[in-house]
Amino acid sequence: MSTARKKSPKNEATRRGVGSSRTARPRPRSGARNDGEAEDKHRHELLAAMLLIRRFEERCVELYSASAIRGFVHLYIGEEAVAVGVTQALEPADAVVSTYREHGHALARGVPAEAVLAEMYGKVSGCSRGRGGSMHLFDAGRRFYGGNAIVGGGLPVAAGLALAEKLRDTTNVVCCFFGDGAFAEGEFHETANLAALWNLPLLLACENNRYAMGTPLTAEHAQTDLAMRASSYGMPAWAVDGMDVLAVEQAARRAVDGIRAGHGPHFLELRTYRFRAHSMYDPDRYRDKAEIERWRTRDPLTVLGTLMRTLGELHDEEYADMERDAAEAVARAESFAEEALLEPTADLLRFVHSEDQVARHGDDNGHQQQAEHGDDVPGGVA
Amino acid sequence: MREALTADDRVFLMGEDVGKYGGAFGVSLGLLEEFGPERIRDTPLSEAAFVGAGIGAAIAGLRPIVEVMTVNFSLLALDQVLNNAATLLHMSGGQVSVPIVLRMTTGAGRQLAAQHSHSLEGWYAHIPGIRVLAPATPADARDMLAPALADPDPVVIFEHGSLYNTSSDLSATHHRRADIFSAAVRRQGDDVSLITYGGSLPKALAAADRLAADRVSAEVIDLRSLRPLDDATIMASVRHTNHVVVVDEGWRTGSLAAEISARICEQAFYELDAPVERVCSAEVPIPYARHMEEAALPSTGNIVRAALRTVGRNG
Ligand SMILES: Cc1ncc(C[n+]2csc(CCOP(=O)(O)OP(=O)(O)O)c2C)c(N)n1
Ligand SMILES: [Mg+2]
Repeated sequence: MSTARKKSPKNEATRRGVGSSRTARPRPRSGARNDGEAEDKHRHELLAAMLLIRRFEERCVELYSASAIRGFVHLYIGEEAVAVGVTQALEPADAVVSTYREHGHALARGVPAEAVLAEMYGKVSGCSRGRGGSMHLFDAGRRFYGGNAIVGGGLPVAAGLALAEKLRDTTNVVCCFFGDGAFAEGEFHETANLAALWNLPLLLACENNRYAMGTPLTAEHAQTDLAMRASSYGMPAWAVDGMDVLAVEQAARRAVDGIRAGHGPHFLELRTYRFRAHSMYDPDRYRDKAEIERWRTRDPLTVLGTLMRTLGELHDEEYADMERDAAEAVARAESFAEEALLEPTADLLRFVHSEDQVARHGDDNGHQQQAEHGDDVPGGVA
Repeated sequence: MREALTADDRVFLMGEDVGKYGGAFGVSLGLLEEFGPERIRDTPLSEAAFVGAGIGAAIAGLRPIVEVMTVNFSLLALDQVLNNAATLLHMSGGQVSVPIVLRMTTGAGRQLAAQHSHSLEGWYAHIPGIRVLAPATPADARDMLAPALADPDPVVIFEHGSLYNTSSDLSATHHRRADIFSAAVRRQGDDVSLITYGGSLPKALAAADRLAADRVSAEVIDLRSLRPLDDATIMASVRHTNHVVVVDEGWRTGSLAAEISARICEQAFYELDAPVERVCSAEVPIPYARHMEEAALPSTGNIVRAALRTVGRNG
């Protein structure tokens, strides 16, 4: 077992003070596949990226218990290889649409941990100004089109983003993450058909973690081979070991290459597992503890860490450095979030309509504010 | 639900995680063990399909209770509710009735952000062909189910998320009301009528307490049935107090509060001593941050101020 597991309880790790920083997001490689040194460096980056997500979320659990974070929080712990592996195949101009379990996707796409955590604190410096919280991380500048909390709700939108790329004749790709549960929604099936019919540049990244809340895969689907079913829409589709970041990356590169070459949507079934409950509210009574332990032996950090140690490219001091970097990044995010300001309630009614639109036409709330005759809640609630 | 399942073997429950999980809010814990997986039926995430299937089973003579976790997700099944459940009886010239009961939670207040905080009871109450109920107490939630199941037509029951944490003694001595579909006067008063339902009832009652300290006597009406509305109880209260505040967590424009205000204007205009006040949610998707969410929702303070304004006191 690698140090990744031994280090798991993180309290001491996050408190180690601020020091050096390192970019958490691994750079995409360019044709360095056979260069041993570049491979080695890349694996380090993948491991560091997964470790950051892991430590970030472990701290989120503590901050949730301390009531600094509220609402629904869905952890990605155990699934890090999926976000980190898939995003390796994406360029900055590509777009991502995600779910409510999206801390990992956001971090892997380079949304700063500071902005993500501040969002979960409900602060105005959060990536969605505190309007969205954990389930609705957005960063339009990085083409991260959000956490969507309606299961399957992001899929048609992703198809639309892909349609725009096609109509504009770009080689950009849109990647949509969604779960095995979402695969049962009509929105998935309608989107898959539409995307295949119109040959859209869409990567359908299905995170099959074997559960939709408390419902196991076998109770969700009559046919549990999701990749096989997706292929029936007329698109390349295959299953990948979602605990092995290198396998995920390789599959994603193959799929994205195909999409960029004009071969239309591709579907990846990323077989993974969440080590934690569905959300912070979930008592997790429906899973066998032995099953969880079995999957823990396939911890994506362990899988990659073990390989790197076997190759002799990961040493204890290096790993300790990685841990320290992750801890420092999380600590920086936390102090940023702590110190960030709350949005003034006077701004409550902003962002309902685009602001230039409101300037030209007024908004629906004029009457409401008037009706308030000086009530003390700015923005007029009543 | 246990009573309903025992009393009538045509009754069955289905929805996401209602069985093994015991319901997203623990409402159906233990039912699977007692009644088995045929009658406590877990569904995939396929709201349109399983709500529609409930409609079909109801047409065939069963009495399905279909749980959609929250009103937010019911939007995926709205087509089935509106175009089938509410419409088939009429479209078939009276041949096809749909005795389905749909349960779902509604409302904001737990920092779940816009997509998990909608209050769309008013939308459903817009639809002819369905009955819409909103229990505001655990006793009402229990007592509404049997008459809802006995109704030959679709009934939609909205339970406010914040009420799951209230508990009360539902012992056998509990007095069952036969008129569960009519409005309830939760507190009698003389100066102003606070008309509300569901999750806003506790806020209205708290406001009435505060108003009492200000020597304003507030009557609190809990609508319980949002469609049809109990005009008689509403107008009787208006005639008595001559001042009205309608409290509704829905957005103000086109809201239930708007409908109630219009009915008061139509039926009791000359009884009013002041314009009807409305306390609704701000017209904004409900934000995540706690202070912003609080600012967006009806609050006890807003209700008190509206009541003071309408009775002509320093509001
Ligand atoms: C349309 C809709 N129905 C139900 C829910 C409640 N819900 C939230 S997450 C979830 C499970 C989704 O499972 P899956 O798609 O496998 O994603 P995972 O949570 O496993 O990542 C459910 C039922 C929802 N948010 N949206
Ligand atoms: Mg899942």
